[in-house]
Amino acid sequence: MKRPWALVAIPAVFLAAFFAYPMATILVKSLAASDGGGPLLDAGVVWFTVWQAVVSTILTLVAGLPIAYVTARYEFPGRRLLRAATVVPFVLPTLVVGIAFFALIGPSGLLGIDLSGTAAAIIASHVFFNVAVVVRVVGGLWEHLDPRLEEAARSLGARPVQVMRLVTLPLLRPAIASAAAIVFLFSFTAFGTVLVLGGPGIATIEVEIYRRTAFLFDLRGAAVLAILQIVGVTTALLVYAHHQGRSRITQTLARSRPRRPHSARQRIFVVATVVWTLLLVGLPTMVLAWRALTRDGVPTLAGFRALQTSPFVDVAASTTTSLGYAMAAMLIAVGVGLPAALVIASHRGRLSRWFDTLLMLPLGTSAVTLGFGMLLAFDAPIDLRATAAIIPIAHALVAIPFVVRSLVPVLGSIRLRLREAASTLGASPRRIRREIDLPIAGRAAAVGAGFAFVISLGEFGATTLLARPGSATLPLAIFRLLGRPGAVNVQGAMLLALLLMVMTVTVVMVIDRYRLPGEGWF
Amino acid sequence: MRRFATLTAALLVAASCGTDGTEDTVTLLAHDFFAVTPEVLAAFTAETGIEVEVVLGGDAGVVVNQALLTAGNPVADVLFGVDNTLLSRALDGDLFLPYVSPAMGLVPEEFAAAAGVTPIDFGDVCVNYDKAAFTDLAPPRTLADLADPGYAGMLVVEDPTISSPGLAFLLATIVEFGEQGDYTWRDYWADLRANDVLVASDWGTAYYGHFSGAGDGDRPLVVSYASSPGAELVFSEPPPAEPSTATLTEGCFRQIEYAGVLRGTTHRGAAEALIDFLLGTEFQGDVPGSMFVYPVRPDVALPTWLDTPTPGSLRMEPDRIDANRDRWLAEWTQVVLR
Repeated sequence: MKRPWALVAIPAVFLAAFFAYPMATILVKSLAASDGGGPLLDAGVVWFTVWQAVVSTILTLVAGLPIAYVTARYEFPGRRLLRAATVVPFVLPTLVVGIAFFALIGPSGLLGIDLSGTAAAIIASHVFFNVAVVVRVVGGLWEHLDPRLEEAARSLGARPVQVMRLVTLPLLRPAIASAAAIVFLFSFTAFGTVLVLGGPGIATIEVEIYRRTAFLFDLRGAAVLAILQIVGVTTALLVYAHHQGRSRITQTLARSRPRRPHSARQRIFVVATVVWTLLLVGLPTMVLAWRALTRDGVPTLAGFRALQTSPFVDVAASTTTSLGYAMAAMLIAVGVGLPAALVIASHRGRLSRWFDTLLMLPLGTSAVTLGFGMLLAFDAPIDLRATAAIIPIAHALVAIPFVVRSLVPVLGSIRLRLREAASTLGASPRRIRREIDLPIAGRAAAVGAGFAFVISLGEFGATTLLARPGSATLPLAIFRLLGRPGAVNVQGAMLLALLLMVMTVTVVMVIDRYRLPGEGWF
Repeated sequence: MRRFATLTAALLVAASCGTDGTEDTVTLLAHDFFAVTPEVLAAFTAETGIEVEVVLGGDAGVVVNQALLTAGNPVADVLFGVDNTLLSRALDGDLFLPYVSPAMGLVPEEFAAAAGVTPIDFGDVCVNYDKAAFTDLAPPRTLADLADPGYAGMLVVEDPTISSPGLAFLLATIVEFGEQGDYTWRDYWADLRANDVLVASDWGTAYYGHFSGAGDGDRPLVVSYASSPGAELVFSEPPPAEPSTATLTEGCFRQIEYAGVLRGTTHRGAAEALIDFLLGTEFQGDVPGSMFVYPVRPDVALPTWLDTPTPGSLRMEPDRIDANRDRWLAEWTQVVLR
């Protein structure tokens, strides 16, 4: 891969055309607009955005690492289902999560504490949403750590805590940093959770951009905030890239078979983690199921009948639309993300790190601003505005970093010697790529592809802000139902949320199964 | 990579097919809560031969902004859903081509606005109450009652800086209490604040999160719509004999939604036909069941579950809203949140 230009070109052109160009168009136009009158900056908003994102990231790691560990290392009944289930929150529309959280920690919540309107509720929802990122990204590498390193440390007399601190965590650092960066970006640009759970007086930069755009007609102020957001995100990403550059470790990857817990302590740890996962993911989910299937405590199937006759939603059409978009977004995300990851993993210079950083930028960018940018920029040569093509492209922009982040830690850790050995044995660079890099990448890409599919399935924020034809996606159908009064509309919305969950778990389990057969590539 | 190129090409082709309309296609841009019974739309196509493509684009404010950004080179031929709080912006942006539908003769004078936009429907933003909470205590009757300490801790409203019904309710209080005098709207809100008013971000959070009449909430008074109690009745199974919520008929704010032919359309004839259709008997009759609002044509029968519109709804001129909105929202924030 001396000349990776073809590989660089695909992601570079995609990003330039569908991200940089529309962003530049809207920002230039907005900054030239007349002053909207409001103050340009609110320091409180900026401060809240930063600190809640930091705290959310730390707590998500704390909540997710034990789950990543247990599901990667221990065999127990329901392990795969549990791991797939952690992805469920990721696809739930924020409005639905808001309702579940209200039922739990609202004014008359089941848990008996009212956190509505507080930063704590927002942060709790971010942990709930993003724990899947930690479980998948870190768990993916954890499964492939060579267990002999830890065994060696143990046989040299290291206690379990020392093994974890001195061997395991340093080896996992690239994946932990990847997951942390993604969680940070999601929390930094949070919109729906902040709006629903936070209430007035609590706003992130993204909420403020929306308020100025949709309610104050202050495009100039919105543009200033959007630029500020990009600067903040870029700074965070550069710190991350710098850290990643130093911490890369070449290691032999292996397939360590998950083992049954044997000591009492291990069993307790596994059970505790499973219970914790069920509480974190299962409790809000059960509240939704309860809401979908009961009315005043009495079981009812009214929601099903309501969905069949609803004047606002067409379930079959929405399901087809959602699946179609998800498929297209996944193909685009893998098509763009795979070459990008190959380049990043095989070139270790500063340029490569910057490229890596650039790819994550759309995750930390205002969906409102980008949506308007696309509207302004894509009228020629082919009018893409308000077409169905825009949706999977927008979803792919969010999903590409997941494909890349799933791939790079694995690819980056492929031991150089494997390539050198192949080369010594006379394999051409092309053959090395075909027979070593691509098969290994293929498995990691499947993880990223699954994420991309699921992200598209659940995407709401960007979708609602893009003018689009055709029937609503499932999250939008849920939104339409919840925007109207009437008990059966709520029941119908909750049923659609359950449908979305079932689809997600199915997709994730299929992909995990495809990934798992132990042919032993690593 | 080849697969990606093929896919992109396919998407581009699909996209270009979608927009290269003939005279027989008309595109309607609307907010996310636009809805119409499919058969009603099909009847229009059967009658005129014009296919309608509906493009949805977010909240009403976002959609108007989308139209403003693409003024003269629009993504659609007709815009639906500009309400009186947004109308001045849209008109200042010179979005519309003038058109007066023949059916305007059937629409009362009070709904008429500037040339270019056609009123389609209207709704009243009103306070709703949970009947079960007012068995011993009489429910409030007026906006002023809401500041009475007897109703302390009962009301939840939406944040007017980011929610349309929230803004409508704020405007109602400004009309009701005025900007000058001994007791202005600011004094009223200070009293509401002292009375422990709760501000939620959006309608869904207020109605389903905090209101006791429809969800898990503990507040029996909520800012919603005049049509909400009727909708609770018709969208419940089994339907109760009576709705469990009711509307405070005093102090409602009237929202009127308009549609217009977008300047730059290449299907002007079809767009005008669509405006006629939006004012036609079938669409007007479909409006209550699909969008929970009232048709502007009084000769169209209302469904039985929907009460007739409240007669004394408060109104405000679009120009006055537009000229003062930013200031009012800043003042409201000072009084209620700081």
